[in-house]
Amino acid sequence: MNILDRLKDGLKKTRTQIASALSGASGSFDDRFYDALEDALILADIGLETSTDLIARLKSEIAGRGITTPAAAYAALKTLLAGDLAVTKLPDEFPPKPWVILVVGVNGVGKTTTIGKLAGEFGAAGKKVMLGAADTFRAGAVEQLKIWAQRTKADFVFQQDGADPASVAFDAMEASKARGIDVLILDTAGRLQNKTNLMNELSKIVRVIKRNLPQAPNEVLLVVDATTGQNALNQARVFNEIIGVTGFVITKLDGTSKGGIAVALSKNFGIPVRKIGVGEGVDDLQNFDPVSYVDALLGDLPDRV
Amino acid sequence: MFEELTNRFESIFKKIRGQGKISEENIAEAMRDVKRALLEADVNYKVVKKFTADVSAKALGADILSSITPGQQFVKVVYDELAALMGGNARAIRFHTNRLNIVVLAGLQGSGKTTTCAKLALHFRKQGHRPLLIACDTHRVAAIDQLDTLGKSLEIPVFSDRAKSPLEICREGLAFAQREGFSLAVIDTAGRLHIDADMMAELKALCAAAKPDETFFVADAMAGQDAVNVAKEFHKEIKLSGVILTKMDGDSRGGAALSILDVIGVPLQFIGVGEKPDGLELFYPERMASRILGMGDIVSLVEKAQENFDLEESKKLEKKFRKSTFSLQDFLEQLRQIKKMGPLSDLLAMIPGVGSQLSGADVDEKALSRIEAMICSMTAEERDRPGIIDGNRRRRISLGSGTTVQDINKLLKQFDSMKSMMKRMNKIGSRRGQNAALKSMFPY
Repeated sequence: MNILDRLKDGLKKTRTQIASALSGASGSFDDRFYDALEDALILADIGLETSTDLIARLKSEIAGRGITTPAAAYAALKTLLAGDLAVTKLPDEFPPKPWVILVVGVNGVGKTTTIGKLAGEFGAAGKKVMLGAADTFRAGAVEQLKIWAQRTKADFVFQQDGADPASVAFDAMEASKARGIDVLILDTAGRLQNKTNLMNELSKIVRVIKRNLPQAPNEVLLVVDATTGQNALNQARVFNEIIGVTGFVITKLDGTSKGGIAVALSKNFGIPVRKIGVGEGVDDLQNFDPVSYVDALLGDLPDRV
Repeated sequence: MFEELTNRFESIFKKIRGQGKISEENIAEAMRDVKRALLEADVNYKVVKKFTADVSAKALGADILSSITPGQQFVKVVYDELAALMGGNARAIRFHTNRLNIVVLAGLQGSGKTTTCAKLALHFRKQGHRPLLIACDTHRVAAIDQLDTLGKSLEIPVFSDRAKSPLEICREGLAFAQREGFSLAVIDTAGRLHIDADMMAELKALCAAAKPDETFFVADAMAGQDAVNVAKEFHKEIKLSGVILTKMDGDSRGGAALSILDVIGVPLQFIGVGEKPDGLELFYPERMASRILGMGDIVSLVEKAQENFDLEESKKLEKKFRKSTFSLQDFLEQLRQIKKMGPLSDLLAMIPGVGSQLSGADVDEKALSRIEAMICSMTAEERDRPGIIDGNRRRRISLGSGTTVQDINKLLKQFDSMKSMMKRMNKIGSRRGQNAALKSMFPY
């Protein structure tokens, strides 16, 4: 099964809900139709605010373009969603060396696993990759990253548990410069965005990186668990305020999630979704493509309309 | 936790309390706000619909409209329904005393199972159990290392075997626990998706072999609309007995907590707060309901105080209160007792009405330490008779404690007003005065 199919499979429930809401409208778009659609969007974790906004825009599309069939309404909704998701893509080429990627997020979203997958991807593209274990807090985190480094044949920089993460970042910066590394990926401890001292620790890490190499970190990826509800917006807001997020990675999109949070995130922050994770294997991290994502989310309108 | 939801409820209640007379439209409008607040808190959509319908029906049927204090009545209806939604009275976990008790933890990836295993083991060790941790997560990279490290730091034995399958580890671990006379075995399992048929079959087989006394579903407080479906699937496969909600110290609105019981009928048992091993609390639906509605949680506060305060000490202090011989030294001792009770922000959130005022404002946890440092830099005489602390002494104390003279001035002034408050309190001798005094002891 390829990745898109798996994504489609994961988002099946969401798709059916939205589709059935839409096909309920037999030619006329009344309040009942919009209510049903709103229910479906909220159930998909798109959030109340974004849903209300989407529906308002859909209403004016329908009125403005004289749409009368559910199929056309469906297409219009897809265009709107894809528009919300399409934010500028980052370059695939990395001129400066080392290209520093800082990976952040709350606890248990899959940061370390994402890094393992990223390392595998860069490694396969012939880049020299180094992983820096700046999660010195969680028990077993350094071990976990080390195993990923071995699997993907990446260089590995670490200190003992409990060390200052900023100092690990510093070591990794120095080592990556000395060894001519192409891509340095730094793991950080999971932190809830309302813990001031942990967020300060994060800004210290960024400060240390910047002092070492002013253009770094080139990417700050916020990893978001797709099963997260509206709290993901809070996470994005706070992390973005404190260290400036350049992209989202949405993990665990296979099977259990609703996937709507991707829409809410890009719409509210104008920050692109860089990668999506749909499985635990090393190849299961994919570039994000708005159109195919919306296709997976909504699919084609079922025939039974 | 729940701060945002609390804020929303407070403003809804304020609006409706402000009305001398309440009409059906007022209630309908309030219920629309309630619905919105709950949805934004990730409460499951279907649960929200049912909840608002129930509250509206009760509110309209309960003679609220003709009551003298309709606003209060309305709050009460919401409170009752909310507490009922979360499970009414808490269910106590009863373990056998004469044989090994077995607990299995299951859930999605990244929900916090491994950390929670250690927390649970510690929780029950405090109650006199001899726990063993069994590491059956052979899937996630370094999960066994994580449990090993946690076990070592807590001095709780961990059974693991990297060469075996989860089922074998589980069997052997339990046999080991029997042999060695442990009273509790906590089994950590790999995170899995409920749609992953193979993994679910593995879990089912493991539970069939282990015959657990308690099967806990570990859920992330930040989970979205699908949380209840996931719990439902797990429940279907392995018959859950309770739910543990983790990461409740975040600013998530914890809506999943409000939904799970209602949908699958399995009670919320524990909540995880913080990454430290002692960050596990029993869940009390009624207390949580009053916290969510901004009514504080005095019961938990008192319990916390009882757990940490030395009764003898407190009595001595009270005597000094009454005689107004309360010195800076006594103040220092009291501060230290308060510090033992945990982070200030947590404590303050339990005081009615304080929670919402503080949200957003950062409570300066270090302020207490600074005060401690200042008092520690004083001589015994100065602590007894703060009146003798003149400019020279203030300068010395500020140097000794790494603070400024202004800080010392502030402390002395606060202490002064505290003492005069006590005098007044003694005169009134009412509970109200004590409350005010309690608040004045938090210098913010």
